[in-house]
Amino acid sequence: MVYLIFKRLVQSAFVMLAVAFLAFSLFRFVGDPVSQMTGVETSTADRERLRDELGLNDAFAVQFYRFSTDLLRGDFGYSYRTREPVGEMIAKRLPATLELGTFALIISLMIGIPAGVYTALRPNGVASQAILLTTLIGVSIPTFVIGIMLIFLFGVQLGWLPTFGRSGTVQVGGWTTSFLTIDGWRSLILPALTLGVYQLTLTMRLVRAQMMEVMKTDYIRFAMARGIPTRSLHYKHALANTMVPVITIIGLQFGGVIAFSIVTESVFQWPGMGLLFLESIRFVDIPVMGVYLVVIAFFFVLVNLIVDLLYVAIDPRLRVKEAA
Amino acid sequence: MLQVTNLTVKFPSRRGEFTAVENVDISVKPGEIHGLVGESGAGKSTIGAAIIGLLQSPGYVAQGEMSLHDTNLRTLTPAQAHAVRGARISMIFQDPQTSLNPLMRIEDQLIETMQAHEDISDADARDRAVALLSEIGIKNAAERIKAYPHQFSGGMRQRVVIALALCTNPELIIADEPTTALDVAVQSQVLDLIRALADERGIGFILITHDIGVIAQITDKVTVLRGGKVMETGETAKILREPEHPYTQALLAAVPRLDKKIDRFLVPATEADVEAPQIISGIDAEAWLLDGGVQDPIGLQAHDITVKFAGERTSLFRKPDSFTALDSVSLDVRAGTVMGLVGESGSGKSTMAKVLTGLVQPSAGTMTLGNDALPDAKSRARKDQSRRIIQMVFQDPYSSLNSRHRVGALLAEPLWLYGLENDAAKRRALCEAMLSLVGLAPDAIDKYPHQFSGGQRQRIAVARALLARPRFLICDEPTSALDVSIQAQVLNLLKDLQKTFGLTMLFISHNLAVVRQMSDDITVLQGGKVMESGGSEPFFTNPQADYSKNLLSLTPTL
Repeated sequence: MVYLIFKRLVQSAFVMLAVAFLAFSLFRFVGDPVSQMTGVETSTADRERLRDELGLNDAFAVQFYRFSTDLLRGDFGYSYRTREPVGEMIAKRLPATLELGTFALIISLMIGIPAGVYTALRPNGVASQAILLTTLIGVSIPTFVIGIMLIFLFGVQLGWLPTFGRSGTVQVGGWTTSFLTIDGWRSLILPALTLGVYQLTLTMRLVRAQMMEVMKTDYIRFAMARGIPTRSLHYKHALANTMVPVITIIGLQFGGVIAFSIVTESVFQWPGMGLLFLESIRFVDIPVMGVYLVVIAFFFVLVNLIVDLLYVAIDPRLRVKEAA
Repeated sequence: MLQVTNLTVKFPSRRGEFTAVENVDISVKPGEIHGLVGESGAGKSTIGAAIIGLLQSPGYVAQGEMSLHDTNLRTLTPAQAHAVRGARISMIFQDPQTSLNPLMRIEDQLIETMQAHEDISDADARDRAVALLSEIGIKNAAERIKAYPHQFSGGMRQRVVIALALCTNPELIIADEPTTALDVAVQSQVLDLIRALADERGIGFILITHDIGVIAQITDKVTVLRGGKVMETGETAKILREPEHPYTQALLAAVPRLDKKIDRFLVPATEADVEAPQIISGIDAEAWLLDGGVQDPIGLQAHDITVKFAGERTSLFRKPDSFTALDSVSLDVRAGTVMGLVGESGSGKSTMAKVLTGLVQPSAGTMTLGNDALPDAKSRARKDQSRRIIQMVFQDPYSSLNSRHRVGALLAEPLWLYGLENDAAKRRALCEAMLSLVGLAPDAIDKYPHQFSGGQRQRIAVARALLARPRFLICDEPTSALDVSIQAQVLNLLKDLQKTFGLTMLFISHNLAVVRQMSDDITVLQGGKVMESGGSEPFFTNPQADYSKNLLSLTPTL
């Protein structure tokens, strides 16, 4: 167990190093940082002096070492555009994206898993077919169209929910949350729904396929032959066995949701990291883009580590063999 | 107690209804073990599923009566039927590896089953479960009950399965091939346990099996099925001694005998025998094989082969424990003879085959093929002659043939791979001839493996091995996935080929009766060590090692 965690941590460290290298290459080689910082009037001598001061003439390895250790210390450098420290900018935007992603994940699980189980148990029912068809439509339409349709229906026509932005936030420590006010929740619903639709469909179809497989296994048939109550059969015996492969995909997808909430955030003008990333691209704000890359990679690695640990928690076969 | 009359089960399909079981009558008294025997497709398992009410959709009971005491099983509502399952009728499945929920402790599975049928507290249920496990032969049950299924060995797991079927005190237990996946020694223990439960607790058993040895060992009555119809039914002893129906007679004749060696098996006539008239004869293939010098038999010796597998790493600072699969095993397969290699699962039989074919790297030992040294896996070149000379027929004909290739492509592969025949048209002709030689219609060449039955596929696998012009054939449990009558056909084929072409053969099996029929010499493996080695007939008449004696005495016989 300890060995497993250790092994995963070492692997994660290598992944992070590789990502840091990419981020650094982006930073160093896409465009010339000095010409980004200075104007047309700066003389060649001044540019050269700046280059020296910034250490851009040092050996590549030295620069990369400096970059990595700065990252580790939490020093993410300054934005070209706003002249603010990148760390602060990200920290300000991170809660919005995390809350959006988490809530989208919860929606997709709360609806996706029961719907998957239902459609697996009644594969030929009218309701099952209807659910499958609806979600197929849902997943075929691009995210931004779904967002715009939701805005049109609930925001414009019915006027129930706000159409953009993040309101009703409360500061808790360094974290701005929208979970504490009605207003906050209202503004969260539409973007979270938009973001969660794809993951919902995926979860549902995965649960359905796995569940149908599991229902055919010997241990389920044996449990049926023993007269185990149907509810326990479905939700205790079958569902737990269904979840092992499902968790991997959900984990990977959650990383994806955080990383690619860009479209949703831009449709709803949600002040999260995705929007920040879009703005940075527009202004070629390379330090912000580099750090964004590193932060997202960090989340991916973290989620995967959690998935591995969940595996061990669910499946006793993966725990270190006790004396048999 | 259980009375089944005139049972007919049908499966509707696109091409009309398929009758899986037709007009079957069965009755079981308390304490009686009733055997259902037949080959695959005979409807044995379908009858079991119909009685317990778990027929796979879309199958349904078309007609007939089923009653347990005075409960009519056919008129129960689904909820009532579900309550009967477990409480009054229970079931034991074939493979203990897959019939327990891997994610739940056996304690929870036992307690849940009891609580599903009676109002019993957790503590009482646990006490009863522990008592039951001890009764069934699980030592230290109070501790072991907290374990997960994967922490038990195969035989112990099957005991847990039996405990689960028993914990609600059912009147009838349907055991569907309960020992097929187990080793002989464990099988014998499980069968003894079933017999004891029937005698002491008065539980009625329906024992479904394809193994007539098992039927002979413990059943009181037996029903012989074929194609969903009852061929013969009655007292086991009587039926096995004086079978009346020709099918039963043929079936009994096809079972390999442990007590004497016979030249050929009698094969029960099946529809498949009436094949298309053969336009292309196997003579061409025979001539081709003889032409290739197969008639010079080749011997193979292995000296002190040791194979170690790395265990799972559990700590950073400890070297993973290695597992010794083979421990200084020596084999001497004399030229032109058949060496039988027997042992239980995990004894290293298949590992030995893999070492010889160069699929597993031994950590020590040397091998000689004919007069030359046989390089081990790492140093055996791609083009090494031995890769052609040694060919293998695998256990499972369902997974050893690539299902996406046509039979023609599968068969032609050794021909071009080893450069034996470079002309495509000639290759095709040769493949067709070879199919005839192994007893298949030559038009099989354009079909895919899934269009054939298990026995036919095994014939294709044999044909593929022969097309490499082998001189040494390794058969790894070639018939253990096959029915008795098909097994008889495949064994006959192997015997014929061996005699005609003077092949040297290593025949691996856990079935001693089959090995006796096939081999000249025999080697017994246990836990990676050679227990006994020598001539086959002396071994069966007078085994030396205690382990061999034990193994022979445990093998069920007719």
